[in-house]
Amino acid sequence: MDSHAVATTADAHGHEHDHPAYLRHHFVSYEQQTETASFGMWLFLLTEIMFFGGLFTAYLIYRNWYYPAFVAGSHQLSITLGSFNTLLLITSSFTMAMGVWSAETKRHKGLVWSLIATLILGIGFLGIKTVEYKEKWEKHHIPGDTFSVQSFVNPSSDAEAKAAGDKPMGLDMARKTEVYFSLYFAMTGMHALHMIIGIALLCGMLFKAVRGGYMDGNIAFVENFGLYWHFVDIVWIFLFPLLYLISRHQ
Amino acid sequence: MSTIVSLPDQSTARVPKRNYLTNENGLLSWLLTGDHKRIAILYLISITFFFFIGGALAGVIRLELLTPQSDLMAADTYNKVFTMHGVVMIFLFLVPSVPATLGNFLIPIMIGAKDLAFPKINLLSWYLYLAGGAMTLAAMITGGVDTGWTFTTPMSTHFSNTNVITTGLAIFVAGFSSIFTGLNFIVTVHRMRAPGMTWFKLPLFVWAHYAASILMVLGTPVLAITLVLVVLERTIGIGVFDPTKGGDPILFQHLFWFYSHPAVYIMILPGMGVISEVISTFSRKRVFGYTAVAFSSVAIAVFGFFVWAHHMFIMGVSNYAVLVFSLLTMLVAVPSAIKIFNWAFTLYKGSITFETPMLYAFGFMGLFTIGGLTGVFLGTSGTDIHLTETYFIVAHFHFVMVGGMLMAFLSGIHFWWPKMTGRMYPEKISQLAAVVTFIGFNFTFFPQFLLGMLGMPRRYAAYPAEFQVLNVFSTAGASILGVGYLLPMIYLVWSLKYGAIAGANPWQATGLEWQIQSPPLTENFTTIPVVTQDVYDYEWLERQKEHEVTHVG
Repeated sequence: MDSHAVATTADAHGHEHDHPAYLRHHFVSYEQQTETASFGMWLFLLTEIMFFGGLFTAYLIYRNWYYPAFVAGSHQLSITLGSFNTLLLITSSFTMAMGVWSAETKRHKGLVWSLIATLILGIGFLGIKTVEYKEKWEKHHIPGDTFSVQSFVNPSSDAEAKAAGDKPMGLDMARKTEVYFSLYFAMTGMHALHMIIGIALLCGMLFKAVRGGYMDGNIAFVENFGLYWHFVDIVWIFLFPLLYLISRHQ
Repeated sequence: MSTIVSLPDQSTARVPKRNYLTNENGLLSWLLTGDHKRIAILYLISITFFFFIGGALAGVIRLELLTPQSDLMAADTYNKVFTMHGVVMIFLFLVPSVPATLGNFLIPIMIGAKDLAFPKINLLSWYLYLAGGAMTLAAMITGGVDTGWTFTTPMSTHFSNTNVITTGLAIFVAGFSSIFTGLNFIVTVHRMRAPGMTWFKLPLFVWAHYAASILMVLGTPVLAITLVLVVLERTIGIGVFDPTKGGDPILFQHLFWFYSHPAVYIMILPGMGVISEVISTFSRKRVFGYTAVAFSSVAIAVFGFFVWAHHMFIMGVSNYAVLVFSLLTMLVAVPSAIKIFNWAFTLYKGSITFETPMLYAFGFMGLFTIGGLTGVFLGTSGTDIHLTETYFIVAHFHFVMVGGMLMAFLSGIHFWWPKMTGRMYPEKISQLAAVVTFIGFNFTFFPQFLLGMLGMPRRYAAYPAEFQVLNVFSTAGASILGVGYLLPMIYLVWSLKYGAIAGANPWQATGLEWQIQSPPLTENFTTIPVVTQDVYDYEWLERQKEHEVTHVG
């Protein structure tokens, strides 16, 4: 416990009983405060796993039931855009980690630029996601009243299906692609919602960092936000293969 | 009748001038507070409000069922009334009842901390609760919901023409309040314990809340995503639960009960924590088998996650699944029985006194046992097929939830009332209220077991005339029960001004919360205590008192 405690109290008035101003009244030491915050964050991420877990369960079941529909559905997604987005997110996780490191080592410029880079990469991800969603909209692959099974009963009419070599599907199975797209939109939509919340928090953090925040050793928020951002990244790391890749060559 | 109550000399005693209630003044000092004790009071007021709304709806239901015809209201309205009764009572009263009030108030004090780990998140959870409550009320006023509190698909997604979306989102929001409460408790118990407060010196109240918190944190998010999918299905028309598109309504049932079965343990475990404290204090003994009771809470939490499909025996799940889930359901009876037996052994050769909290605790033990044993009928697939969807199941969960949990809640409120307010409640009338509640409860719900056995289905406004006698009994009992609940409301408010000054430790109890002034200071402890005594160590308490006397003398 001591190494941290000494590090944070050393630049106060030098004697042991002083504590930094950001030590909340109900904690004994700053170390207890940061450990508590990070424990809380990990626990929150556990609730997030359960939240997405419901969707993954649904995916698992329906994929087993409607295998051909899931294969044909995944052929409609663009590997190029998906891979590029994966690259953006992994890079943003790296820049976020750089941000946490900069805050730990009290590098003001490093922190600000890392946060800006993370922000841009995050927004870039959402931008590409919008392009993908728009394409689904145009091809009537959004579940609901306007959903069309044209691409699956008649693959030769559809560029992506044709390129993947899809064979015409019976109407019964073709209609099950709506379940695939329901899950696609529910899962990537929930993921995007988490990205949007993350970007909002990131903006607030950047605003504070620009004005010299997080340079006093009180970096629990940056660290915990980093955990959140990595978590959202990891969710995508599962979504990408499940939705885009796994049935690619069938 | 003997009593353990020892109050300070009433002619000289005063409620301490400086305490958490008087520390700051004004509405804003309450609405922006981070103090866990004030947030507990805010919660107490809010859940009491919703309890009486849910209670009024129950009254209307019982009134309709007085006669066999659907005469007080149309069948549609009846559907809405019992749905709103369920939604309000479960999500806005039972789930937050003990944890958000007593748990919030006591857990930091019991473990020797100045506050919960995250005071702001604690306050946020109250605001989320209020937002969820307001949305529920809005849905109710603008037309209500008629799906039953279970939001059964495809009724909720396709056929119901009522405010499913508003109510679903309300529960989504209130669910986050519950997640944040659970998260706060777990982190607090792990990281905020005072020096010397080891895990096995924690009061069983804390253990019970810890176990319930695990359920809140792991279960509630699943309900959240399920409700999101229902709302998406209703608004956009995605097909996850829609059989016409290839979705499966049974998946909804699995996801819903994956939360909602553990949720009954979220509701009952904190109540069990209250009972452990009360039984120990009023029989002057350490809780028998402390470790077993502590671990049985955790065992209930763990087993609770693997029994959900017993709600689905008649919904077309496979016979093998029924067999497995039936067996697992029986397993939950084991830790529950461990608790009941250990409480009984605690009473054995104890110096028992019959103050109000103890009366409610006895009520709990009897009614919860009946509720639990009838649960075995329902966990057995053969009898379940006959009894489910009848009044038997209504009686079963009301015995557990109202007879069990509400008794525990009232027991705890009376037990810690002197700590929360600094004043005693009036003993005689509250003992009367406890007895009235017990009698009213049995009158209301015991006939429903019989009705269920005879085959009266639940959720109908009308019923065959031969069931009327038992229904009249039930409605009459409900009015007695109503009196039993109104009484505490009146005399507890009265006691705020006129109750006897309680002093720090009116019950001679051993918990850390009784070693500080009543009502406590905002910071709980002037110096963080170092815990050397064991939990429920009444000899230690005696020594403390002797020490005090010699010191003063």
